[in-house]
Amino acid sequence: MVLLFGLLFVPPEVAGLDLIGLDGGVAFAAEDAATEAAAQADVASPYQPAPQLTEKDYPTFLGFNGRIFVWIAAQLHLWFAAFVLAVPIFVFIIEAIGMKTRDKRYDDMAYEFIKVSLTAYSLTAIVGGLTLLGLLVFYPHVMTYMTSIFKESMIFYALIFFAESACLYVYYYGWHWLQGPFKKWVHLTIGLLLNAVGTLLMLLANSWLTFMMSPAGVDAGGVFNGEIWDAMHNFLWNPINLHRFVANIAYGGSIIGAYAAYKFLSARTPQEKAHYDWMGYNANFVAIAGLLPLPFAGYYLVAEIYAYSQQMGITLMGGIFAWLFIIQAVLIGTLFLSANYYLWCGLGRSEGGVRYYKYMKYLAVVIVAAFLVWFTPHTLVLSNEELKALGGPYHKYLGPLGIMPAKNTAVNIMILMTYLSFLYYRRANKIAVVTWVKAGNAAQIALFVMACANIFFLGIYHGYFTNTVYKVAASIPQVLTTLLVIVIATVIDSMIYKNAKEVAPQRWGRVPPRSQYALFLLAVSFTWLMGLMGYIRSGIRQHWHVVDVFRDNSPDAFTPSLGYATNVISVATILFMAMVIFVFWLAQISGQKSETPGFWKEPGQ
Amino acid sequence: MKIPRLLQAILVLGGVYGGFVLVFDVILEQVIPSSLLNMYMFFVVAGTYMVFTFSEESTEQIVSPIKALVEDPSKKMLRNVVFVLLPLFFGWFTYQQIKPSFEAPLELRTIHPAPPAAVKVFGKRYNLLTLENPFRKFEKEDPEKFASLVREGGDVYVKNCQYCHGDKLDGQGPYAQGLSPVPLNFQDVGTIAQLQEGYLFWRIATGGPGLPKEATPWLSAMPVWEDFLTEDEIWKVILFLYDYTGYQPRSWEHE
Ligand code: HEC
Repeated sequence: MVLLFGLLFVPPEVAGLDLIGLDGGVAFAAEDAATEAAAQADVASPYQPAPQLTEKDYPTFLGFNGRIFVWIAAQLHLWFAAFVLAVPIFVFIIEAIGMKTRDKRYDDMAYEFIKVSLTAYSLTAIVGGLTLLGLLVFYPHVMTYMTSIFKESMIFYALIFFAESACLYVYYYGWHWLQGPFKKWVHLTIGLLLNAVGTLLMLLANSWLTFMMSPAGVDAGGVFNGEIWDAMHNFLWNPINLHRFVANIAYGGSIIGAYAAYKFLSARTPQEKAHYDWMGYNANFVAIAGLLPLPFAGYYLVAEIYAYSQQMGITLMGGIFAWLFIIQAVLIGTLFLSANYYLWCGLGRSEGGVRYYKYMKYLAVVIVAAFLVWFTPHTLVLSNEELKALGGPYHKYLGPLGIMPAKNTAVNIMILMTYLSFLYYRRANKIAVVTWVKAGNAAQIALFVMACANIFFLGIYHGYFTNTVYKVAASIPQVLTTLLVIVIATVIDSMIYKNAKEVAPQRWGRVPPRSQYALFLLAVSFTWLMGLMGYIRSGIRQHWHVVDVFRDNSPDAFTPSLGYATNVISVATILFMAMVIFVFWLAQISGQKSETPGFWKEPGQ
Repeated sequence: MKIPRLLQAILVLGGVYGGFVLVFDVILEQVIPSSLLNMYMFFVVAGTYMVFTFSEESTEQIVSPIKALVEDPSKKMLRNVVFVLLPLFFGWFTYQQIKPSFEAPLELRTIHPAPPAAVKVFGKRYNLLTLENPFRKFEKEDPEKFASLVREGGDVYVKNCQYCHGDKLDGQGPYAQGLSPVPLNFQDVGTIAQLQEGYLFWRIATGGPGLPKEATPWLSAMPVWEDFLTEDEIWKVILFLYDYTGYQPRSWEHE
């Protein structure tokens, strides 16, 4: 019952507990909670209020830092879990595509993907166990409280975990056995089941951690009302579900992409190179497809966090954690840049791509410019001289780039341009034969121009000339514009290029090694990013195990400095990457055979 | 004549860098902070690298002069010059970076920290999550009364606040130069335009000392107005701040 359990990060806390300066606020809430809880206890509920712990209630053990232990174990678990949950999703899709098109390459690729995720699966369980044990050892009271509320769902979780393993093993080991018209259907059904079960696991684990952020089904003192659905279906559950689901797909794609890059770079024969190039391309496609909607899912999550508690929202976006969002912005930009670079390098696979080389520099200018806006911080880091020269901490021209409307505009433009790179890439080896090519292209250009104009208008007008309600609201039509353009342009494009002539063959394997490093960069940035964002998500609980209900009084309950937090996450990232390379290496050696003449007895001798 | 690719790349980078400095420092007269410029340039370099290396031919053109410099026997003289200058340059650069300076270290200051859930001022406890300006309703119900409240708020402002926050509310009051952190500029889109009225009430009533300890040193000169103004005066001056700047306070309900 360990998978994903680690999502219950242990909260960092604010040093000195005097979060509020004045003796107001949180301390009041805690007092109130205590008195109310006392009053409640008379009513003889079978459930206990949240315990009020002291430092002594947190066991110490051989000088281990319990918080860092759980933090790293949980983070590793989360990465692996994201990977093993995501891979079956697109393996299922690829397998289905293969079945539909009867192109065996898809089937082989899907099989290879699932093979990689199988080793990762056992590592997921191992680090999950580590997380659980860490929690039991270092945070026994937290676990007791959480289990008292979620006991049913935890048992259920353990059982589903069995079901998931069963599905996965049948799906993997039965791959070659379950081939053929009818058996393939059976196999696909098992794949679907595997995904359903995996998603269910994630939903359950998500409910535990969102309960800790936005508790429901308990009163102010933490006494549970007995309705598990209330506790599960808390305010932030669905926003987190959505965000994680989409992010997992992008993440799984990026890790598989790194695997393909690893195999590509170590490939000896042109056939192998071609195969892994193709595989890397597809993995990257999945990663980007997941990446494009991600900023929107994130935006929705943050909006919901604000709606749940303005205090939590400001801690997140305006307070100490705000600086991490600058790092986040830089990393997300890096994801977009490497994804684009990979696509551009791919133009060279076909001679036909040369036609489009000249446009890439314009795309680059727009993407980089959007990116610079995207990470411009609201509060600038200024030297004293600069502070004097500017006459204040705000910059007249750069300051306005620091607020949300500018960022939303930038990210929408970045997404559109990335999509444009992809359109160029798709056309690299083709020439359209339909008669209305010109009109079709003109329509697409008009579409993009209009979309950009609309995004700018919404961003600038609503962002700077109306009040805050509209600032937030304007982001929604922006997103819709972007999504709509992507859909319509895809439809037009596939119509224009219906039965298109091939100008030059698409030669898989003909990409520079540089492009493969872009795939690595994608995977590493993604990992680091998830670590940072996960920390923030958990960290905004500050000095609470369960926000406003169950206080964290452990000695480690402080909000770490940026340096401290990023160091822990970087160490965890390196550990994870090392483990992933191990997984890749296992997949590599499992296909190798050594000839040892004379070592084994010849039969009959 | 066609400019060699490598030179093109260098010109692009130099041009962008110079462009930033020219536009911000000279034309707009608002210096671009060096921390930001460095970050910008890092990604401009990345973008340039991407454009110049995504195709084999272009990469070849970039790399071959560098290769030639290192390997070509006829370039011996140039090579020697470069191999002397380059280390000297990096030495100089490193020296510049680490030499001691009298600048106070940079401070990551959180200008808008998260407010507490509730605050105790005027002997009462205010829940900041739901706190609203009691006079705001007159904006629609009784515009005349509202206008006079704003005027009274203006008086409060002129008597108490303009010394620091400036008579145009732009943070350029006569005392402003002497303070660090400087008084905030309410005309900026990044200050009161982003905040709820309850947040302002908290900040004004409790001033610099009321700020949370979550970030690095707080030496804010903002006075604790609870000691000098009444509750109503604070609400009125808040009306004035929004009225004068033309911003609407942040709120989450659609109107
Ligand atoms: C002695 C100078 C001084 C005076 C007088 C003064 N302030 Fe301030 N005020 C500051 C400084 C400095 C800051 C910025 C530092 C900080 O955040 O505390 C500030 C910040 C603020 C903020 C926070 C704005 C934000 O975006 O977070 C508000 C609101 C404010 N002042 C309102 C007022 C009002 C209203 C008055 C008059 C009743 C006033 N101030 C008088 C110095 C002053």
